[in-house]
Amino acid sequence: MYATTYHRASSLADAVRLRGSSEEAKYVSGGMTLIPTMKQRLAAPSDLVDLRHVAELKGISVNGRHVRIGAGTTHYEVATSAEIKAVCPALCHLAAHIGDPHVRHMGTLGGSIANNDPAADYPAAMLGLGAVIVTNAREIPADAFFTGLFETALEEDEIVVAVTFDAPERAGYSKFANPASRYAMTGVFVARRADGGVRVAVTGAGADGVFRHEGLEAALAGSWTPEAAAGVAVDPSGLLSDLHGSAEYRANLVTVMAKRAVAAS
Amino acid sequence: MGVEGIGARVARKEDKRFLTGKGHYTDDMAVPGMRYAAFVRSPHAHARIRSIDVSQAEDMPGVVGVLTGREMLDDGIGNLICGWMIHSKDGSPMKMGAWRPIAHETVRYVGDAVAIVVADSVGEARDAAEAVAVDYEVLPAVTDTVAALEDGQPQLHPEAPNNLIYDWQIGDGAAVDAALAAAAHVTEMRIVNNRLAPNPMEPRAALGIYDAGEDHYTCYTTSQNPHVARLVMSAFYNVAPENKLRVIAPDVGGGFGSKIYIYPEEISCLWASKRTGVPVKWTCDRTEAFLTDAHGRDHVSTVKMAFDADHRIIGLKVDTIANFGAYMSLFSAAVPTYLYATLLSGQYDIPAIHANVRAVYTNTVAVDAYRGAGRPEATYLLERTMETAARELGLSPAELRRINFIRTFPHQTPVIMNYDAGDYEASLKAAMAEADWDGFPARKAEAASRGKKRGIGMSCYIEACGIAPSAAVGSLGAGVGLWESAEVRVNAVGTIEVLTGSHSHGQGHETTFAQLVADRFGVPIDSVSIVHGDTDKVQMGMGTYGSRSGAVGMSAVVKALDKVEAKAKKIAAHLMEADESDIVIENGALKVAGTDKSVPWFQMALAAYTAHNLPAGMEPGLKEGAFYDPSNFTFPAGCYICEVEVDPETGKTEIVQFVAADDFGNIINPMIVEGQVHGGLAQGIGQALLEGVHYDRETGQLLTASYMDYAMPRADDLPSFKVSHQVTPCPNNPLGIKGCGEAGAIGSPPALINAITDAIGNNDLDMPATPQKVWAAARAAAN
Repeated sequence: MYATTYHRASSLADAVRLRGSSEEAKYVSGGMTLIPTMKQRLAAPSDLVDLRHVAELKGISVNGRHVRIGAGTTHYEVATSAEIKAVCPALCHLAAHIGDPHVRHMGTLGGSIANNDPAADYPAAMLGLGAVIVTNAREIPADAFFTGLFETALEEDEIVVAVTFDAPERAGYSKFANPASRYAMTGVFVARRADGGVRVAVTGAGADGVFRHEGLEAALAGSWTPEAAAGVAVDPSGLLSDLHGSAEYRANLVTVMAKRAVAAS
Repeated sequence: MGVEGIGARVARKEDKRFLTGKGHYTDDMAVPGMRYAAFVRSPHAHARIRSIDVSQAEDMPGVVGVLTGREMLDDGIGNLICGWMIHSKDGSPMKMGAWRPIAHETVRYVGDAVAIVVADSVGEARDAAEAVAVDYEVLPAVTDTVAALEDGQPQLHPEAPNNLIYDWQIGDGAAVDAALAAAAHVTEMRIVNNRLAPNPMEPRAALGIYDAGEDHYTCYTTSQNPHVARLVMSAFYNVAPENKLRVIAPDVGGGFGSKIYIYPEEISCLWASKRTGVPVKWTCDRTEAFLTDAHGRDHVSTVKMAFDADHRIIGLKVDTIANFGAYMSLFSAAVPTYLYATLLSGQYDIPAIHANVRAVYTNTVAVDAYRGAGRPEATYLLERTMETAARELGLSPAELRRINFIRTFPHQTPVIMNYDAGDYEASLKAAMAEADWDGFPARKAEAASRGKKRGIGMSCYIEACGIAPSAAVGSLGAGVGLWESAEVRVNAVGTIEVLTGSHSHGQGHETTFAQLVADRFGVPIDSVSIVHGDTDKVQMGMGTYGSRSGAVGMSAVVKALDKVEAKAKKIAAHLMEADESDIVIENGALKVAGTDKSVPWFQMALAAYTAHNLPAGMEPGLKEGAFYDPSNFTFPAGCYICEVEVDPETGKTEIVQFVAADDFGNIINPMIVEGQVHGGLAQGIGQALLEGVHYDRETGQLLTASYMDYAMPRADDLPSFKVSHQVTPCPNNPLGIKGCGEAGAIGSPPALINAITDAIGNNDLDMPATPQKVWAAARAAAN
């Protein structure tokens, strides 16, 4: 790791101010991606601004079916939240299967979606739930938030404060883990609203990161059954191909994981 | 058997310090004035070094020195060596290219060291290493085992045209060709044994300390054989003469073969310590380990197995290409020859065998022995072929094996080995019973009702351990003898120190070696200490690898104990005015048989050291040493049965049952043996299901350089193993033991792959059987 200067922000305004003091400063929350990357000398921020003690980023609230989760909420807190479980157990299931216990106790929702790793789980949930990403400057719909591999709509000094969504009537998440990293080789989040609207979001498989699959959405809007998902052939073009899985293999996994996510919903 | 003697499940003495973080590993060592090293490594798989500019790095904060290979050459540090000479079938010696510890002209793999930086902290050393400017002329690279021999490929060493190191053969080719021509059936396969990274939990480390006052060097290092390290660094690398070089391998966190070899880094730390005047410590990080630890396996073979009309094997023909990487590592030459082709008879009575082995250079890190070393490659080839043949012949896999089992011993194979004892039917029978082999069809049908494809596969392995009779290995090209030494020191109050040339890096020697003593003298094992891993304490030893510590190392201890016992009895007989032939040792006392006369062990020991009342002419003291040279290899063997369920939608394999029935001869500590089997099985399953080193074919970059891409087995990848032992004692060593450290890794891969290919109905599957590959193979079979 290169030498870096640590700052603890006490508020959102303090965080923005601290970050502005250096060109090469970065926000850090759980640090589950940034710190290992720094240890490998692949990232070299001059300053780290720690968001973990910012009160505005804390807390889970559920009003009826409206859910608000502070960006600083750890995966463990989401996984074990009785309030969230009551309205959207699929999100708790997803959070409970991110990384390992260490990661789940350190990593945060805001950190995960701001990083937008193409194999991360939360981006699929945000897109599948049609969540709104609340920042210190504005509100960004999930459809406009995830813009590419490790790319988001966030401006340089913009901080994710919370995410909000209305819990769907049914939702499910199924992932096939990469045998080495245990990140999602393919993960599919499915959600159906009371009005019959369906969203299907896929992580791990897209060459440009998380994406919605229209074919699966149409099929499941017609029939919310595993069989309906199983009948959809996914086009491998535009999917990732690497050591662990070809685009064709991932295309198959998208269908299979969608089927299993519906079965679990 | 006492509660702490031979055969007892004694909890490991060493585990308390390991489990409480109180172990002493090389990286834990700190000495006054110590600084830290970082290596500048080649980012290219193949390049000529035009120039190295260290000036900027030398000016960086905290930098003590930046040293290059040219300076090392000027100081007379020698080339790294391969310690086993193989001759090609045309009689010519193997073609060994020069391996400099720090390259000064050409780099040949990504990670090849080009400079060492010594600085006040690890961070400063790494910062400065990045500031060393190396001007490379990048050359084309070849990484693929088969491609390396093809026309027009990049050439690694001028000494080895076409990248061919040797073209070696064993056995009777004409007899095998005749058998193939006369065969009623021939099974043919192409077998790839995937390349593995060893991944011990503790990465390699070295601390070099030069004492200018004494002109003496001390090297703490992560070694499986510190005495061999001292010998090689002294005799070949010209670091220092043996009497001026102390090598200490303290607690070592796993080796699996990768810590046998003497690497550039420990040589460099010693040399740099003298050059810079400060002790120099280096500790590998995990990616550096993937890049620079010697890898394992990497064979590509074709096999033809000939059967007569009665399904007896009448001939076996094998052609293998073995990838040695960019340089010949210490034992590399022996692995695909005398540790591989000599095991191709397996458990079977095969009248004619011929194997041809070509070893090749590629632009990858060196390949050498890795848990099993040659024997896993032989077993995988043979046992996949046997299973395939059974399917082709319409026989059950057990039946085909039974028809061909060797049943009388000793048995001389056509490929050197003389098997001394075994009962292959016993292990087969035990494994099939434990696995409920006959109930498999019902389980398969039940799995099918859940949409899963269930398969079963077996593997009957044999291996050769206890390497090895020194004269025999000498005649086959070994540069050293493979005996072991022991010294037993009985202290004046009766406590005992056993000094051994074996080295424990996870095997539990501190417990099992002490059990031998407890068993012999009836003393508590807590009064016995095992001393190993320090060339200043133990005179000489050959170290631990090849499952040799029990069969060879313990045999040396037994010889020394024999001498101690004889002298102790003489002293006791004298004290009690009895005949020494009447003295028996029981429960920590020396007794006159049939009487109530006895002398406690400690009192006899005290008498040896006070020397007030010893037999006439007897020297005071009680300390005996022994060297033990084995008379043969030992031959552990067994039968493994694996049962899997494949999810045809994803290709994911779940191991639902794994049965291991092993014959390790007599067993000192069953709990430790079971632990060794569990670990070996995990590694073999890792190879078969998960692990694989990948280099980019064009650039030679290592694609699997971290756990993000290199899949290690984890607890949830593995079932709860069913382990049992069948015992035919080894007739050739005093304890009747054969060795157990590698069997799991040797026998398990073919059992697992045979089970998967049975499940999916497609035999065209290479390791690792990743979900993607299994999915594709299952689909191909279905279409």
